[in-house]
Amino acid sequence: MELRKNYFADQRKDDLHEIGQPRPRSDSPGHVTGKTAYFADRNFPGMLHLKMVRSPHHHARIRSIDTSEAEKHPGVVNILTAKDVPHNVYTILILIQIGPEDETVLADGKVRWKGEAVVAVLAETERAAQEAAAKVKVDYEVLPAVFDMEEALKPGAPIVNEYHGQNHYLYDSGECRKVRFGDVEAGFAGADHILEQTYQSSPIEHAPTETTGCIVAPEGNDRFTCYTNTQAMFFTLDNASIILQMPGNKLHFVGGTVGGGFGGKVDVIVEPIAILGAKLTGRPVSFIYSREEEMQISSPRAAEKVVIKDGVMKDGRIVARKVTGYTDAGAYSRHSPYGAQKGAGHYPGPYTIPNVWIDTYCVYTNRTPSSAMRGFGVTIGDFALEVQMDKLARLIGMDPLEFRFVNAYRDGDMKAHRQPTEGAALIECMQEASRAANWPVAEKYMAMSSYAKGA
Amino acid sequence: MAKVPVQFTLNGAEKAEFIDSGTTLLHALRDKIGDTSPKGGCHQGTCGACSVIIDGELRLSCLTLAETCNGAAITTTSGLSEGGVLHPLQRAFLDAFATQCGFCTPGMIMAAKVLLDHTPNPSRDEVVEALSGNICRCTGYEPIIQAVLTAARSNSQNAA
Repeated sequence: MELRKNYFADQRKDDLHEIGQPRPRSDSPGHVTGKTAYFADRNFPGMLHLKMVRSPHHHARIRSIDTSEAEKHPGVVNILTAKDVPHNVYTILILIQIGPEDETVLADGKVRWKGEAVVAVLAETERAAQEAAAKVKVDYEVLPAVFDMEEALKPGAPIVNEYHGQNHYLYDSGECRKVRFGDVEAGFAGADHILEQTYQSSPIEHAPTETTGCIVAPEGNDRFTCYTNTQAMFFTLDNASIILQMPGNKLHFVGGTVGGGFGGKVDVIVEPIAILGAKLTGRPVSFIYSREEEMQISSPRAAEKVVIKDGVMKDGRIVARKVTGYTDAGAYSRHSPYGAQKGAGHYPGPYTIPNVWIDTYCVYTNRTPSSAMRGFGVTIGDFALEVQMDKLARLIGMDPLEFRFVNAYRDGDMKAHRQPTEGAALIECMQEASRAANWPVAEKYMAMSSYAKGA
Repeated sequence: MAKVPVQFTLNGAEKAEFIDSGTTLLHALRDKIGDTSPKGGCHQGTCGACSVIIDGELRLSCLTLAETCNGAAITTTSGLSEGGVLHPLQRAFLDAFATQCGFCTPGMIMAAKVLLDHTPNPSRDEVVEALSGNICRCTGYEPIIQAVLTAARSNSQNAA
């Protein structure tokens, strides 16, 4: 591998010896010998298995729950409903003051998505738990459901989540996260061309090879050890502490080894109810998603819709950009208000545009709650933005790479969300890409720099 | 429920257990015998994480009933290294950065071992084919393929 040393020469340290050299990962010896301890590799005598009774409806009122037949099933030890959970209504980001609490650990009076957990069954074997779960009778009154973000935002749409009262998250800035920079309408008025396009994506499941789960062992002193594959150890510990109304020093979390996460294991879903089961039975509890649950129940990446309107000049300058972004949170917030907010800051892309208007909505629908996945909030946005950039270049008959040089942000440029650009390297990366891909651009672009305005 | 006796060798050592009829080999190995190197990723025979070697053949332990393994010789990834010395496949996976989360690794190594046992000098296509039943969701396939080819080369050098 060749390291070019002409870029950022004044910042360069030449003690880099790692790039291009194979280096064994510190966890690899455990992986290749089968010794790495994943959470499910723990086994405790007398361990119970937890299975969920899940909603077969997208949106329904719960009239009644009858667990009497399930309780009689051989091997059943305990059955939990909403009333057993000390603080049943929670939201993950309450830890950073992003509320309101809007999600139930076990459904209470209503279900808002197909697959929502309603009743937890604890039994001696996985099979007994599964069979008993099938004997729990829940009487539902099916309610109208809404699956499309624009439908959800229309007046008169069924309200998905009463804790919000409307089908969008309410930011301190109002119904959406807003970025206002320059005068976007004046920018459009002065533009040579206008291009408005809509981009949409579907939810995407992470599908890690190891399914979501945890094993909880009572320590016999009111303390519980939770072996988990969470990607968010302290978020999970603190949320479990709130949900269970137990001080954090009663909860001992062991984790860090994750059999594939990709963002799919940052929600706090399995641990609190498993700890509660261990507390109420005094026995170790295993709660591990089946493959079907991993695919259907665990949060996917949010579906998104992005409407981008750009004003562009014949010489290649983008002079105005207006973006309306929609993030489908599904029935509950989880991390989606944050994802939608990230999009608001991100939509100008790595380009300097003088007039910007951005609205991003976090929308509630009766779909599986979505959450984090690899760059959530910006990944789908980047797809939309870069497709839009290619279309704009084609519209004005310019080479798509040269078009990006014209608009690339450089140090000192003010971004739309009022952070001055620092440490930009887009131009240098594109120069390298131009060489590596043998996609020549005009010499003036090869002479550009992220440091100095010129060319 | 009446228990069923089952007896086999695991990585050369005699093992005997009483199990419920219908117990999968994966469950018996992990939860009864305590060899957790085979992993349960799908429990429906699609991901390959539970792969083990039974009498020289690659098998999915999540779809194999333990009671059908009486008298069998079973090999798992935890039994490959001897006296602290890594098997050439383990060495190659380690050196080639062929693990990420590591969950698929024991199954991958089993599939690769059966390939090399039958085909000591495989082509790249043969390696890809041999690993086609094993899913790596970190999508680190290329280093895994390279590791298997490297292990094959080091085996043939040792034999020469």
